[in-house]
Amino acid sequence: MASVRPVKLDINGKEKTLSLEPRVTLLDALREHLHMTGTKKGCDQGQCGACTVHVDGQRVLACLTLAVQSEGSAITTIEGLAGPDGTPHPVQQAFIEEDAFQCGYCTPGQIMSAVACIREGRAGSDDEIREFMAGNLCRCGAYPNIVSAVRKAAEATA
Amino acid sequence: MMNFDYSRATSLEEAATLARHPGAMLLAGGTTLLDLAKCEVARPERVIDLTRLPGLNTITVGESGATIGALATMSRVADDHGIQRRYPAIAESLLLAASAQLRNMATIGGNLLQRTRCPYFRDPAGYPACNKRDPGTGCSAIGGITRDHAVLGTSDHCIAVYPGDLAVALSALGATIQTNLRAIEIEAFFLMPGATPERETVLERGEIITAIAVPATPLAANSTYLKVRDRQSYEFAAASAAVGLELDSDGVTIRDIRVALGGIATKPWRAIAVEDALRGRRLDEGTVREASRTAVDGAKSHGGNAYKIELAPCVVARAILKAGGIQ
Repeated sequence: MASVRPVKLDINGKEKTLSLEPRVTLLDALREHLHMTGTKKGCDQGQCGACTVHVDGQRVLACLTLAVQSEGSAITTIEGLAGPDGTPHPVQQAFIEEDAFQCGYCTPGQIMSAVACIREGRAGSDDEIREFMAGNLCRCGAYPNIVSAVRKAAEATA
Repeated sequence: MMNFDYSRATSLEEAATLARHPGAMLLAGGTTLLDLAKCEVARPERVIDLTRLPGLNTITVGESGATIGALATMSRVADDHGIQRRYPAIAESLLLAASAQLRNMATIGGNLLQRTRCPYFRDPAGYPACNKRDPGTGCSAIGGITRDHAVLGTSDHCIAVYPGDLAVALSALGATIQTNLRAIEIEAFFLMPGATPERETVLERGEIITAIAVPATPLAANSTYLKVRDRQSYEFAAASAAVGLELDSDGVTIRDIRVALGGIATKPWRAIAVEDALRGRRLDEGTVREASRTAVDGAKSHGGNAYKIELAPCVVARAILKAGGIQ
């Protein structure tokens, strides 16, 4: 039966080698094995978006990705978003300025999703932002401020 | 999630050989397989990762038709300009499905094979009876809460809805599923539950979808997908319709039409009666609404899902009128 195998991951530009069972998701590899807890575990079944990370620049759900599948890809997590001097990413800054969270648990996923949403050119209007951020749930209901933050960051980037 | 062995296939032949082993399951985007493995509905002993197979993610749109590689992701297909222009129903069905993250992961081949969202199917601990999951154990949905269950194509063994959107569009557009062994018309690809609801497609063990081929037709270029659901976004269909419509040069007579429905049946549901009732007729709202009633011929309510029998003809009519530029 399945045994532990070496899995080499490129996370935020750093190479990490882990010993993992094949069933370990990218989310559990990040949180439980690398202790990078910025990426959150919400539903753990692909419905809430809290675990959103970028794989080769595309936003995906770490809870439905096997770590072993991510070998050879560039993974970016919320910890890799700020500048080298710690300056927040423009989307992080916009979330602070627009007060786009309450408890904050969904926020890393919202921000990772928003960065990609803007890059995809899908943040052109409030309706478009709502549609293309629909995969990130916020149980506190901070949606109006999240939309404002994404719009503000998108306008600043344009 | 139970543990499993993992193999990364390097060729289609190798993947097919590995997939023939009992207990082996294919992995592409992982959005269905890992979800179901976590619910312990899927219990793979070995997972065969197809994602590194070369040449299976190409999208080609030409004069005679389009070929979409099985490993192309939903988002890539939805964003393809050729698909958007010549097969709008395909692009629309993909964009109205799932979330941006899931669309970046899920592949076209895997999308066709997504499993039902029947809550009884997805909960082995809470509901041991499910003929689809564990053949012969019964059906917890029949007599249960059936708001999201099928009204067409059901049997005494299973009333679970086929959840997908893309396959509905592909049914309307007459697509063909290509595998490592053969080409299968989409009408023949999906199976109704009958007495064997665990068998959802004609695929054999070791058979792998390699591409989807869609013929270029005037009605494909003038097609649309309409999805009605409880939430505006990120939700499965209460009822949906894909329509391809070709008008005569007079702009009002229906030369050809193809209609398929989603969210109401155990498989993507082609509405041939609607097509037959409208071919050669004038495109006007009264005619369309009357013909659309036949979309639910033979439908059977299980209580909570009775609304679908009222809803589906309205969705079909609206989709036809939209394709005809009337609404």
